[in-house]
Amino acid sequence: MSKPVVATTSLAGCFGCHMSLLDIDERILELIELVEFNKSPIDDIKTFTKHCDIGLIEGGCCNSENIHVLKDFRKNCTILVSLGECAIMGGLPALRNGIPVEECIREAYLDGPTVGLNKEQILPNDDELPMILDKVYPCHEIVKIDYYLPGCAPRADLIWNALIALVTGDELKLPYEVVKFD
Amino acid sequence: MNEKIKIHIDGKECWTTNGTSIIDAAKENGIFIPSLCHVDGIKPAGSCRICNVQVNGRNMTACSTPAVDGMHIESNIPELEEMRKAIIEIMFVAGNHFCPACEKSGNCELQALGYRYQMMVPRFPYEFPEKGVNADSKYIYHDRNRCIMCKRCVRGVMKDGKHVFAFNSRGGENLHIELDTELASQLTEAEALAAMDICPVGAILKKERGYYQPIGERKYDKEPIGSEIENK
Ligand code: SF4
Ligand code: SF4
Ligand code: FES
Repeated sequence: MSKPVVATTSLAGCFGCHMSLLDIDERILELIELVEFNKSPIDDIKTFTKHCDIGLIEGGCCNSENIHVLKDFRKNCTILVSLGECAIMGGLPALRNGIPVEECIREAYLDGPTVGLNKEQILPNDDELPMILDKVYPCHEIVKIDYYLPGCAPRADLIWNALIALVTGDELKLPYEVVKFD
Repeated sequence: MNEKIKIHIDGKECWTTNGTSIIDAAKENGIFIPSLCHVDGIKPAGSCRICNVQVNGRNMTACSTPAVDGMHIESNIPELEEMRKAIIEIMFVAGNHFCPACEKSGNCELQALGYRYQMMVPRFPYEFPEKGVNADSKYIYHDRNRCIMCKRCVRGVMKDGKHVFAFNSRGGENLHIELDTELASQLTEAEALAAMDICPVGAILKKERGYYQPIGERKYDKEPIGSEIENK
């Protein structure tokens, strides 16, 4: 039987959730025996080359590219998992949700204390750049998400337990210490 | 008044003294009933409804209802547990709870209930409401983004006989708890710390306290809220 295929991505996240995945330490050797990785920053495969069983989504959606990638994952993965607070509820990027986008951009590129040298008052505005959304969206407000693994970052043991449960079909073990929101 | 009475909670025979609230009677007998708007030492308000129990099939708030001899109380039943979980989820979406950036994280009662009820994601859409912050007094940082309107501060934080926290108005869309900046500025450091402890969440913070405990050593890192009662 071929191994289950896993894909991962980081949308509006900090890569902390991916770091936490690597925090399973030597169990990573066991993991690569159990699953095959497809599109993921971990193996640097940039486009889907086959249908995947599990997609792990880090980060929420803050721009048009995030939406595009998330929809692509939904199309190409049987099971989608929101990994971490940002995917689940926007996380720290969503701290901007009460602030109008224009104000955010002004602060970042014109008025902020660290802006310094933007003498021509240039705002990023190129067709190549993804559009900033009006706010940061939790992934499940954009596509259907099947499972949620909270934490900032989710504990390595939570990610490990969840992957093992998904791959083996065994019941997910959720000891108290592994479900945390920070 | 100190007459012993017998009640049943979830079928378990419990003894308490006449006049004790159901929540305290449960506690005395090693049973945890979750609470948020109630805290020891302050008159109960019965407003958050998370402590709802059933007596003869009717919902009652365990924090504000006294136990009566012969009462049969149900607490740990699916219907109530499901409702409690829903209340917790509502509180998470109705405010702005960015736990990773909150100094109360690990010591927060709302978060701890989220853990106890294993809330992986609220079933309701996040509202991301716009709420204010008042950082104008010396020791208190009041962040309404995290306020769950439990009124523990309104009832419990006083300075010279005056309320430091109060509702801005009665009713209406914009109802919220406000800090009396002038009065708050007169609080001592110790009083500010006590105010922080009265708040179940991270809406009242003592300035310059920061993340004073390492992750792993905070109140609810290792053991669920309520286990201190259940494991007694
Ligand atoms: S108040 Fe509690 S639930 Fe809200 S952000 Fe802080 S730790 Fe999280
Ligand atoms: S500030 Fe804290 S104690 Fe006061 S009502 Fe809000 S949550 Fe309750
Ligand atoms: S704790 Fe009883 S109603 Fe809030």
